[in-house]
Amino acid sequence: MKSRTGKRRYTVIGLVLTALMLFPVYWMLNVSLTPQQDMRKSPPDLLPLHPTFEGYRAVLNDQMPYLGTSLLIGLGTVALTLLLAAPAGFALAKLRPYGGGLLGLVLLIAQMIPGIVMAMGFYGIFLDLGLLNSWWGLIIADSTIAVPFGVMIFTAFMSGIPGELIAAARIDGANTFRTFRSVVLPVSRNAIVTVSLFSFLWAWSDFVFANTLDSSGDWRPITLGIYHYIGNNNQEWNAIMATAVVASLPAAVLLVLAQRYVAAGVTSGAVKD
Amino acid sequence: MTTARAAHRSPRSPVKLAATGTDDRTDASAFRRRQRRRSRLTALAFLAPLALYLAAFYAYPLYRNLDLSLRDYTVRSFVAGDAPFSGLDNFRTVLDDPTFGPAMRHTMIFTFVSIVFQYAAGLALAVFFNRHFRLAGTLRALFLIPWLLPLIVSASTWSWMLNSESGVLNYALHLAGVAPVNWLDSPHWALTSVIIANIWIGIPFNLVILYSGLQNIPGELYEAASLDGASSWQQFRRITFPLLRPVSAITLLLGLVYTLKVFDLIWIMTKGGPGDASSTLATWSYQLGFGTLLPKFGPGAAVGNILILIALVFGLLYIRVQRRQEA
Repeated sequence: MKSRTGKRRYTVIGLVLTALMLFPVYWMLNVSLTPQQDMRKSPPDLLPLHPTFEGYRAVLNDQMPYLGTSLLIGLGTVALTLLLAAPAGFALAKLRPYGGGLLGLVLLIAQMIPGIVMAMGFYGIFLDLGLLNSWWGLIIADSTIAVPFGVMIFTAFMSGIPGELIAAARIDGANTFRTFRSVVLPVSRNAIVTVSLFSFLWAWSDFVFANTLDSSGDWRPITLGIYHYIGNNNQEWNAIMATAVVASLPAAVLLVLAQRYVAAGVTSGAVKD
Repeated sequence: MTTARAAHRSPRSPVKLAATGTDDRTDASAFRRRQRRRSRLTALAFLAPLALYLAAFYAYPLYRNLDLSLRDYTVRSFVAGDAPFSGLDNFRTVLDDPTFGPAMRHTMIFTFVSIVFQYAAGLALAVFFNRHFRLAGTLRALFLIPWLLPLIVSASTWSWMLNSESGVLNYALHLAGVAPVNWLDSPHWALTSVIIANIWIGIPFNLVILYSGLQNIPGELYEAASLDGASSWQQFRRITFPLLRPVSAITLLLGLVYTLKVFDLIWIMTKGGPGDASSTLATWSYQLGFGTLLPKFGPGAAVGNILILIALVFGLLYIRVQRRQEA
């Protein structure tokens, strides 16, 4: 329809727009490589012509425990979320439970509750239970961000699994639990990956719960590592930005993987009509 | 959707066939009832963990928060748990507080300005990327990055870009011949600064939803319109925009609910300051509860509950619109 040069013009405009949009990300990288003495230079260096790795060395020296904690909390949140959301999604999609519609509504509303309100409620509870400043308390709190989303993804995905597949398992004598474990879960791989990736990313990125429930423990996540760096008076911006770059890596990985999994889309392979 | 509906129907059809014989009929329906009851009990077993979880980690924290807002807490009685009931005193305190007006106003400005710009930019980009040029898919994927980054990363990056002496934004203004702006440190600009950063973060979300909405508009409409000699602007105004209205409503309402509760970004960039120049209900609530050495849990929780009320109004509106669209 359009002439080829017209199309090429769009590509050029697209590249310019993307470059503009991603400028802050580039700037983060650039600053992370800038030597401390050039940090307040005017005009600032637009390219890292004299790159230094002192920022990244600071990450290695100071931030490894924080990164480890974030990894632990992220993985824990993924496990807890899957454990709760996958069976519930299956029940809502295929077993037509009492009050299923109401539960769906509750989950929708749950996603709208501000994080600070939850944090304040959790603070009192964790204080009573002695869970403040513990990594697993933070896993529980972080999972509240992901569980409603997870249930909704699993419900939508499992609704698309053909009834024949489940009926066939029944005829082979499998009970509901068996059917769920050996038929439904394997074909739901894409949903599992999507829920895992997002719950990991949200737990990894969480700041509100960490700052409220885990501000002074031995197990603090990377978001607090950056926050304490910023709070220091001798702000070393290359170290702050280097930590930010490292903290962004899961997002980059997610982008690559989720692209593939979202594109893989709904299960269409298991049963042909 | 179709497969799902068919799946629900299939177990019933053998029963319908059996219903032709009168004797089988009672047996079959009793069997069916028993079967369904058992399946519903199994369903409960599958849902029980989630239900317990929601009660313990959603309902209970919310109840605790409500309780906090209705009692007169001090740090001592917070730990001991014997604060006297004080009815709506905390809410009255909060409403009379000189910060309430500005916090409410900033929340409204922050939310509305953010979603208007996010929506406009998202829509323009969605229409643009819908032109299927080379690299369109890749570039669209790259646009997701701001949305996926941890908020502390975006917030600290913007903080440094907006730094009044060494920030790159003021350098760009200097190149354009504009005097430097004291972005984060002046009461005049602090709210604008956090809005700029928030718009940047929200554009991808709008782009994704609106782009998927565009996929559902049949291409023939555009072909017919261009045969009739409609310009691209006319096509946008007469086809794209009206047909996208349902998706737009969903996008805007969801954006509203999510923007109302933004906390991290503002807290990290300005802590709601200077003074209360950029404080919203969310940051003020946190400020009261956790931002000082002498926490005021009761009023903090009261502000939080006011925020929930506002979010719920728009949230329920969203659910209503969504249900009506599905029907």
